[in-house]
Amino acid sequence: MIVNSIEKGIVIDHITAGTGHRILDYLNIDTKNNTVAFIMNATSQKHGRKDLIKIENVTDVDLTVLGLLDPTATVNIIENGEIVKKISLELPEKVVDVIKCKNPRCVTSVERNAHHVFHLMSAETHEYRCEYCDEIVNMKGE
Amino acid sequence: MLKGRSILEPMDMTTAELEEIFDLADAIIDDPEKYVHACDGKLLATLFYEPSTRTRFSFEAAMLRLGGKVIGFSEPNSSSVAKGESIADTIRTIACYADIAVMRHPKEGAPRIAANATDMPVINAGDGGHQHPTQTLTDLLTIRRRKGGFNNLTVGLCGDLKFGRTVHSLIKALSRYEGIKFVMISPEELRIPEYVRKGVLDANSIPYREVKKMQDVMSELDVLYMTRVQRERFFNEDDYIRLKDRYILDLDKLVSAKEDMMILHPLPRVNEIAVEVDSDSRALYFEQAKNGMFVRMSLIMKLLGIEVQ
Repeated sequence: MIVNSIEKGIVIDHITAGTGHRILDYLNIDTKNNTVAFIMNATSQKHGRKDLIKIENVTDVDLTVLGLLDPTATVNIIENGEIVKKISLELPEKVVDVIKCKNPRCVTSVERNAHHVFHLMSAETHEYRCEYCDEIVNMKGE
Repeated sequence: MLKGRSILEPMDMTTAELEEIFDLADAIIDDPEKYVHACDGKLLATLFYEPSTRTRFSFEAAMLRLGGKVIGFSEPNSSSVAKGESIADTIRTIACYADIAVMRHPKEGAPRIAANATDMPVINAGDGGHQHPTQTLTDLLTIRRRKGGFNNLTVGLCGDLKFGRTVHSLIKALSRYEGIKFVMISPEELRIPEYVRKGVLDANSIPYREVKKMQDVMSELDVLYMTRVQRERFFNEDDYIRLKDRYILDLDKLVSAKEDMMILHPLPRVNEIAVEVDSDSRALYFEQAKNGMFVRMSLIMKLLGIEVQ
């Protein structure tokens, strides 16, 4: 399968196979006005299988969200057809308004304008803890 | 320095700060007269979005015995809350009038929303099934006065360990002491929540066991902490009825218990401790309730930065 290289934009590579659609959802990319290539289950020498996303003319994606969803993915910023920056991701210590707390007893379910704040509890299991009610969310399985 | 801080969960206080609070509470118990004007001119706001007798009276009595005054509501329907005001706006308004606030709320984390919205100290007086740090101060003061400290205790926790916020707070607070061991006694449906299991017990490598019968472990315990199965935490009445009388402590069950085992209960009790146990020297739950007022007096003074020479 051949997808043209891009002149300017971002390439999110080595995405864990099956995770790409979640990343696209969370990044909230305007797919009406931007050219987006989303490749699922491509062959990877490193991982066996991987997903890959190319977005033309967009370079400022939310790296916190990317790190949260798949810290093993790599991000390449492209300008004039060349890679000008490689970014390695990591699990963020704190995420604001990305994960919604699903505990019906949590105050965020009733308080207007309350930010949904989660803190990294275990880098091994990708578990995050709600700042308000301590509900645990596993981002590997989300 | 505790001055100006909010207390939302037990870990908001270091073990050294806990000792400071208990030392002052002991001093107040020894000579209450000395502190009757400690909080002259200070105002405590009590924001109770959920019914409470004990905790609210305990805070109000604490402030009044320090010479301070109290404003507040115990019924949210009679306040601006009924008009749909947010917690953040309510606390910002109250902070214009009061020096310190106490909040009980059915939603978990509500006092944190309040504390984030103001510089006034906010004390969590119970948030849903989550945390109840001043009950823990009460429990710890009672244990310290009898046992002298917290190291090497085997603590049995019995009843509703899932929604029992006093249990969650107590486990968190005790997890910092050496040689502490827990025995969890509960039905399958009311076991401790994941955040306590993983975030507190496993994270600190605290030894604990989970059992279904209290008689099996009674002889090992230094402290037996009984809890009520709380009707208000259940979405399903049938589940409540099925589980509510699963554990009833009576004199027969105490036969194998140590002579100096402490029986604690955050109160109110329903059926989980038979009245016949009240006269046993190990039954300390009413002493615990009294200590609750003294430890809250101490906490209020510390958060307001008041010292009495």
